[in-house]
Amino acid sequence: MSVVIPYIEEPRPDTGLTLAKLGVWLFLASEVMLFGALFSSYIFLRVGNPDWQTFAYGQADPAEFHAGGHDSHGEDTEGNEAHAHHDDHAHSEGHSSDRSREAVGTPMASSVPLALLNTIVLISSSVTVVLAWASLVLKQFGRFRLYFFITLLCAFAFLVVKYIEYTAKFEHGLLPSLSPLMALYFTMTGLHGLHVIGGIIVIGYLLGPGAKMWKTNPVQYTGRVEATGLYWHFVDLVWIFLFPIFYLM
Amino acid sequence: MEVDSPEEFKKHTRSYLWVFAALMVFTVITVWAASWKVALPAAVVIALCIAGVKGGLVAAFFMHLKGERPLITYCLLMTMIFFFGLIFLPLMMLLLTMSGNAG
Repeated sequence: MSVVIPYIEEPRPDTGLTLAKLGVWLFLASEVMLFGALFSSYIFLRVGNPDWQTFAYGQADPAEFHAGGHDSHGEDTEGNEAHAHHDDHAHSEGHSSDRSREAVGTPMASSVPLALLNTIVLISSSVTVVLAWASLVLKQFGRFRLYFFITLLCAFAFLVVKYIEYTAKFEHGLLPSLSPLMALYFTMTGLHGLHVIGGIIVIGYLLGPGAKMWKTNPVQYTGRVEATGLYWHFVDLVWIFLFPIFYLM
Repeated sequence: MEVDSPEEFKKHTRSYLWVFAALMVFTVITVWAASWKVALPAAVVIALCIAGVKGGLVAAFFMHLKGERPLITYCLLMTMIFFFGLIFLPLMMLLLTMSGNAG
């Protein structure tokens, strides 16, 4: 005996929503609270640690991480070197008393270009996922596949950039145990990265074996793509807030 | 989201590209604003305001919240109330503790 789940294709008359869509929105609401708790932790620890040097570097000497005029990605771009040099210079000026961010620098300085690249990648993937859904609504399956595939590529590109960033951090001893900032950075960006992996699995399924549904039940398939899109936009939204908090402030 | 006629819908999809362009512009502004010489609280407010505008654009246009059913709006409104509680209650407690210690 098969069980039929009602209101998967057509909206419920009282809410005007399919159960799948309402379910995804409720899931996203719980995700807001999950990330909200971590953002709250960040604010709590940042305000509770007025001394930036302790917050960012713990008990370590910041000079260890800026030695030789480069840090995480030393030679990759001109601007990057300039930024790292600025931090070195600032550090030497304020070595003894000034422990502010401007004086001691930040372990994130050299990762800004990579994080900016990831921001552009995620925003681009957000627009391709909504265009993929719009293509399905217009019954253009070929175009949908193209946009969805680009979204998948963007998701992989994001993870590759993240891998490069993490590797550089580990090589330079910028570990989660170093300081509250690094602990929060790895926890929040790591959790966000897990969400990206979750998105890759779902998008990959809908592009691969799940795509058969387009022939048998296009309405439900479009609903699935829409729900995936909502999730993916949320992943983008979280990154929009993570980017300035960790890399620019 | 309600689907209109194909022509109307195509017009609608063009708005996604405008939102995409706006998000890129705001990303550049975020990076540029980080170089301004302002105090930390002001820098935090500026960065979060820009992030808020970007987040609002994503939610309103890409997630179609602009024309969404009231039930979802109510659910998200409740979420935001608890979210801000989560953010501000520990912060207020910390500030009260700090001011108590200072006194």
